[in-house]
This record gives sequence, C-alpha cells and structure tokens, in this order.
Amino acid sequence: MKKELFELLLRVADDHLVLGHRVSEWCGHAPTLEEDLALPNIALDLIGQARSLYTYAGEIEGKGRDEDALAYMRREREYHNLLLVERPNGDFAQTVLRQLYFSVFMHGWWREAAKSTDETLAAIAAKAVKESVYHVRHAAEWTIRLGDGTEESARRMAAAVEALYPYTGELFETDAVTDALSKAGIAPDPASLKAEWERTIADVFAEAELALPGEAWQHSGGRKGVHSEDMGHLLAELQHMQRTYPGLTW
Amino acid sequence: MVADTAVDRAKAQAKATQAKAWAAAAAVPDPEVPCVTVADLGILRSVEIADDGAAVAKVTPTYSGCPATLAIELSIETALREAGFEARVERVLSPAWTTEWIGEEAREKLREYGIAPPVEASGSIRSLFGETTVACPRCGSTDTERVSEFGSTPCKAHYRCSACLEPFDYFKCI
Ligand SMILES: [Zn+2]
Repeated sequence: MKKELFELLLRVADDHLVLGHRVSEWCGHAPTLEEDLALPNIALDLIGQARSLYTYAGEIEGKGRDEDALAYMRREREYHNLLLVERPNGDFAQTVLRQLYFSVFMHGWWREAAKSTDETLAAIAAKAVKESVYHVRHAAEWTIRLGDGTEESARRMAAAVEALYPYTGELFETDAVTDALSKAGIAPDPASLKAEWERTIADVFAEAELALPGEAWQHSGGRKGVHSEDMGHLLAELQHMQRTYPGLTW
Repeated sequence: MVADTAVDRAKAQAKATQAKAWAAAAAVPDPEVPCVTVADLGILRSVEIADDGAAVAKVTPTYSGCPATLAIELSIETALREAGFEARVERVLSPAWTTEWIGEEAREKLREYGIAPPVEASGSIRSLFGETTVACPRCGSTDTERVSEFGSTPCKAHYRCSACLEPFDYFKCI
C-alpha cells in the first residue's frame, strides 16, 4: 500500500503547491488591500498543507527526498496535480471560482481524510479541514457578491463558471490508487464526495443568482502528468532558483 | 530507608529539572502576538527530559502555513539552551492545534492588547456561512463588522467597530 499512499500524497501535495503558487501570483495585484492580504494568506495555507504532505510523502518513499526535492526537482510529467489548479488566474472572477470549486471539494476530502487509518494523514487533515472552511467561506462570499453584483461582475462570474466547469470532472476521478486506499480506509473515495460538492455549489450559485453549468465535456490527464501548456510556464517560475542553484537554501 | 530517601531525592530533582525546563520554554513570547507566550496559546505542548539529559520540547503549529512556526521553534530551543539544557524541539501534528486551547487568562491578555479573542470553534462549512458576533476589544460593543476574513497574519481576521470606529484584529477560531 506504500506505493499507492506515496502516489496519493504526491497528487494532493501537487494540487496544493500549484494552486498555492497560482494564488500567490496575486500578491501585490489584488483588487483591494484586504484581498491583497487575504489571497497570500490563503496561498500560505495551501503551501503549508503541501509541505506537510511532501514531507510525509518523502518519508513513505524512503529514498531520502525531502519536501524541497519533491516540490522543486521533478519534471513536469512527474507532477500529478489537477488541471484545474494550474489554470491561469484569469480575472478575479476566475480566481474566485477556481477557489470555490477546489476548496469545496477539499473541505469534504480533508474531513473524511481526518478519519484515516493512517495517523499522519489524519493529523495533517485534521488541521487542514479547519483551514479549508475559511477558504470555502472566502470564495463563496465573493462568488455571491460578484454573481449578484453589477452587470459587469455578473457577466464575468458567469463566464468563469463556463470556463472552469470542464475542469471539475477530474476532482472525482477514481483509479486503482484511490480504490485501493479508500478500501483500506486510508483516503476518501473522491467519487463519494461528488453529491455533496454539487449541493454546496448549487446553494452558492443560487444565492449568487448564477446559472448552474449544463453538461460539458471534461478535461482529464493531470493525475497522469499530462498537463496544459500553462504548467510548463508555472514550473519555470516555481523551479527557477533551485534549477539555477541546485541545493540552494535560505 | 536510606535507599528510599535517595530515590525520593532523585525523583524530586528530576521533577525540579523538568519544571525548570518547562518554565524556560513556556516564557517564550509568540513572535506575532508578543503579549502572550507559546504556553498561553497552547503551542508548546510539553517539555520532557530525555534519557540523554536533553530537554525535548513538543510544539504544534497553529496553521499549516504559519510562517512563525520555525521562529517559535528556534526561540524555544534558544531559551532552553540559555537555561543550561541541551535542547531538541519536535513538531507534533496530532492532536491538531485549536483556539480552544487558549486559556481564559490568555484571552484577557489578548483583549488588553487590542486583539479580540476567538469566540467559538469552527465546525462545518454551513455553520460558518453566518456571521460571528465579535465584541470590540476596546469598548466592548458588539456592533462590529468584519472587514476581511484574512488579516495581518493567518490566524487573524480584520474587523471594525461601529461604536468607537476603531479597527481591530480578531483571533479567529480554528
Ligand atoms: Zn469599539
């Protein structure tokens, strides 16, 4: 089961590192001062969660790779994050909606993972689930404010809903890794979180006066390391220092 | 009888040593909220004397991404060394830190410092859609509004008092 657990920890860590990096790109560019504090704080949470997961993944793997080696020294195809989290920030509406889609899913995932038979994962999750509550609340409030705001903000939110919805199917994908781990009580079955996710999104959209997206073709590939073009650009920036000065420390 | 006394004395000494180590570590102020100590906040979980004589402090982070965690660990290690101990700091994740561990005295210290203490523990995402009533740490009015969920540090939200018009930090629940 170690191989599966390592793979799962990497997936979730990669999701958080990549999204944390994306959200951190707002630092100094957010629309208001409060948001300029909020978004980097959220990025800090995400990167902190990624660090705990990478550290544990390195221990499980047992090959001496630490959090930095896993975060900085892998190739693009070795990152197994969701395509959703590598989407460029777009406008503020797209960033908010990406946060909503992801953090509503993660809230359920962390809550279930906190009951894991694996003690370390349970401990990481017990902390993260509480942090995710604030991420959900932040994203939901903005979705409502913008969706039920001006004509312009509503138009942008609606466009974000359409643009990002095709990246949500991947959240619930299952494979041999998730099957084995959910059977062993180590990690939740992502598919089992879908109904709850849909309900929460529908509640927020109703409040925001946003229409739910219809059926749409869904992108896939992130879990196998098949990324969009944007991922390479993101990694170039993320890895720049470690690639230029390998082993660099503070 | 003699042997018993020697054992008792050794036990008393061990206890005194442990208490001295605890006192040294517990006095370390939180780097971001210096009016309270790491013990007040419940970040410092325990200090034990290991078999090799080193003082081992167990520390739990407040937030996964709290940038102060490393600074806190270093300060505790330094404080223990200054008190004459070989020191090690271990990070423990379980049980996860919660604002419920902040004692009544520390809450009062926070209030005096101008930070509204945490009101209630967080639960489901549903319960958090509603607003929490936070009293202004300066005038006590509950006529306050949340400006931003995320304030100057990960653990604080930014509020404003509508009665005395002062802005203030709220130590949010987790
Ligand atoms: Zn006031």
